[in-house]
Amino acid sequence: MEEVLKEQTVKLTPKDFQTDQDVRWCPGCGDYSILKQVHTILPQLGIPREQIVFVSGIGCSSRFPYYTETYGLHGIHGRATAIAAGLKATRPDLSVWVVTGDGDALSIGGNHLIHLLRRNFDINVLMFNNEIYGLTKGQYSPTSPEGMVAKSTPYGSIDHPFNPIALALGADATFVARSMDRDPAHLQQMLLRCYHHRGTAFLEILQNCNIYNDGAFELFTEKATKKEHTVFLEHGKPLVFGEQQDKGIRLDGFTPRVVSLKEFSKEDLMIHDETDINKAMILSRLYEMNDGEHVYPKPFGVFYMRQRPTYEDALQQQIEQVIAKLGPPDLNKLLRGRETWVVE
Amino acid sequence: MAKRTIERLQEVVIKFAGDSGDGMQLTGGQFTNTAALVGNDLGTFPDFPAEIRAPQGTLAGVSGFQINFGSKEIFTPGDQCDVLVAMNAAALKVNLNTLRKGGTIIVNTSGFDAKNLKLAGYASNPLDDGSLEGYNLIRIDITKLTREATADITDLGLKEKDRCKNMFVLGFLFWMFDRPMDYTLQALQNKFAKNPSVLEANVRALKAGYNYGDTTETFTTRYRVEKAPMAPGEYRNIMGNQALALGLVAAAQKSGLKLFLGSYPITPASDILHELARYKNFGVITFQAEDEIAGICSAIGAAFGGNIGVTTTSGPGMALKTEAIGLAVMLELPLVICNIQRGGPSTGLPTKTEQADLLQALYGRNGECPLPVLAACSPADCFDTVYEAVRIALNHMTPVIFLSDGYLANGSEPWRFPTADQLPEIKVVFAEPRTNGTPFLPYQRDERLVRPWARPGTKGLEHRIGGLEKEDITGNISYEPENHEHMVKVREAKVERIADFIPLQTTEGPEQGEALIVGWGGTYGAIKAAVQDLNEQGYRIAQTHLRYLKPFPKNLGEILHRYPKVIVPEINNGQLIKVLRDKYLVPAVGINKIQGIPFTKAELVQRIKELVN
Ligand code: SF4
Repeated sequence: MEEVLKEQTVKLTPKDFQTDQDVRWCPGCGDYSILKQVHTILPQLGIPREQIVFVSGIGCSSRFPYYTETYGLHGIHGRATAIAAGLKATRPDLSVWVVTGDGDALSIGGNHLIHLLRRNFDINVLMFNNEIYGLTKGQYSPTSPEGMVAKSTPYGSIDHPFNPIALALGADATFVARSMDRDPAHLQQMLLRCYHHRGTAFLEILQNCNIYNDGAFELFTEKATKKEHTVFLEHGKPLVFGEQQDKGIRLDGFTPRVVSLKEFSKEDLMIHDETDINKAMILSRLYEMNDGEHVYPKPFGVFYMRQRPTYEDALQQQIEQVIAKLGPPDLNKLLRGRETWVVE
Repeated sequence: MAKRTIERLQEVVIKFAGDSGDGMQLTGGQFTNTAALVGNDLGTFPDFPAEIRAPQGTLAGVSGFQINFGSKEIFTPGDQCDVLVAMNAAALKVNLNTLRKGGTIIVNTSGFDAKNLKLAGYASNPLDDGSLEGYNLIRIDITKLTREATADITDLGLKEKDRCKNMFVLGFLFWMFDRPMDYTLQALQNKFAKNPSVLEANVRALKAGYNYGDTTETFTTRYRVEKAPMAPGEYRNIMGNQALALGLVAAAQKSGLKLFLGSYPITPASDILHELARYKNFGVITFQAEDEIAGICSAIGAAFGGNIGVTTTSGPGMALKTEAIGLAVMLELPLVICNIQRGGPSTGLPTKTEQADLLQALYGRNGECPLPVLAACSPADCFDTVYEAVRIALNHMTPVIFLSDGYLANGSEPWRFPTADQLPEIKVVFAEPRTNGTPFLPYQRDERLVRPWARPGTKGLEHRIGGLEKEDITGNISYEPENHEHMVKVREAKVERIADFIPLQTTEGPEQGEALIVGWGGTYGAIKAAVQDLNEQGYRIAQTHLRYLKPFPKNLGEILHRYPKVIVPEINNGQLIKVLRDKYLVPAVGINKIQGIPFTKAELVQRIKELVN
């Protein structure tokens, strides 16, 4: 313990988290920015490198651990969440991060993801969403929009995509947020919030795959369109957006409407409340309300956050209760069992 | 008083059979405990219906429990029964073929009414139509007598009173085999302490059954089975899955590590999860995962964290875990994978036993993917074998497959349990923290080719490992052709080198002889009984039984070549035999049975004779 405390006083820098391995992502890939932001915030956590573990599955994003000077485990496709669960259950002292992609987390690993979220281990899940399979060279993914033409769907995808935020909320996640590779300041802020949330933090990071799905998120990342098509959520603040910050989201019953601030005042707008699951649900579907006629922005930031006991805390508590009830372990007693007899 | 004789018997097999609601498992369990406590050697095997709640009175709903107890050494639950208890017509129909000619049938006549006969598919009542001639048929209206015995317990309904029928039977058998009722009375006392009326009803039924034997003049013979000559010491009765769970806990305690079980419910492995879930005060963590894959992956995560990672399953679950086992082989992390085999393929025969996953354990993964494989040979041996599996995993940094089967898992036998300090030490060495700035090399091996185990949280050992092929020593990703070949060979050599750290193979029976019977897993008892029988008849047959299936003990080849004939009995279509022929070029012959049930001694004796003569 003393060792740990001493280490905290040694100031680490982002450079301390770089490894000697060449980063092998395609030049221009959004993963570079995410890596950089993670390396930027890690020294701010105040914990030594050896207390941090990155676990990943398979996919472009899952190479992440090799590039980060902490403990790391590059697992198998879709299973990073399951591996991380076992690690955290036995080692609550570690800061455990899962790096995964839309295919890894929502397709082959969909089952493990939802169970991780409901159990609420204190683990941070960074899901890089590029709406495509990059490593296998360009098939549509479970978040690709309907109609997408990709290698495995030359006539357009007929698969209806997942809405990752709605999925996480549906799985009873205790922290659900969205950010993007192209907004470093926001991404850093979200990463820090993930870390400080006690429970499973699910962060969807929109990430550009410039090789197989270039420009998928242009509308939200490019200067010219960003302000019109995004709304940044801040707890306790009204939902304002638009080039001139002249629009807002107003609740009409349970239906969100885009209104002009020329007609309404900010007090009339929906006030973001991170702790309100119903509002979070509404916001998770906001962008889907775009119907050609009405233009709804895509929300970024923390949709939802609440406190619920973590799995590992509940586990520890149960162990202590059982010890209080049954007493400390006695192997001889256990091996003897209840009924024995002696042969002379 | 009628004249009573007491006949001494060396060995008796009883089968309790009834409807799943008749409490036959409990009855069998109580008879077993008493047999154990009076000093008999014994073996038991339950026979559950596949359906959880099959309709009452049907053939599908019959539940059975077989016990073989004796004043001599007992190796199996017995071939044929001497006594069959049939609580209804269906139980008789299902089990009559297991009864020896001239054996005793104890029936509950109330279970043979028109409805029961029809459900069992009897055209006429077998109790009356002469079809049971040649058996010693004891008819008792157990239902009626139980009701009479409990008549003045006013706060219980008929249904509750009828549930005590099994105690009446048990009491009768206690009388018949001259056993004390004390242990069962005590057990009832403990079980129903909070429910005095139910306790009273059970006690009365038990005593009524005993007295019925004692006072009914038609029963003139009682039997006595004396103590067996067993090695001195303190014993308890234990089932295979229970022994396995205790072995894991013991290994965790002795190694000073935390035990983590990641598991998904599956027959016949679930009892291990249930058992371990009770030992939270030993710091045991059981994690009922969302599926088989998460079961093993969470165990891998725990192992990476410096704990004993374990996953338990049966055949279909093994199939699902395959990819993750490969990951564990690549990561070179300790892990124990327990496969309680059942009949396959696919869903197969969930409640029946088989040994057909050996080749899967040895070879069933993508790529060249070697790992140690161990198999237990009896219910109590599950303890020692799984303990050894943990030791190998921790000392050699490798996943290990432990094989048991449905027969061992649910079977029981007396166990001369060890004390904690009698257990072999398990020494675990974690890599030490570094502060001198030299890089930690996760795949730098020692003379046993074992890599270091670096626990996260240890300063200076930050490292990354994964399923991609890696460069030896550094662990960096490498696609170099020569490196891959080198790594494949190193991983194989590392597992083979474990042969230097396990005992040499031993044989039982003559050093030279007509044949060697080579077995593995749950067939040990049946082979042993058969070989003993044959040698008593003047044959010269030896037996060797393999705990270590990979690597094989170093002297196995020499043993195999010492006998003119090598015979390999297996509850599969011939799996170990393939490996032995491949590795040692011996012209072994197989005896194979694939019926979801164990070998009987008699059939092994006969088949071995045919092969030797
Ligand atoms: S394929 Fe796409 S996601 Fe993968 S590294 Fe290249 S640009 Fe990035």
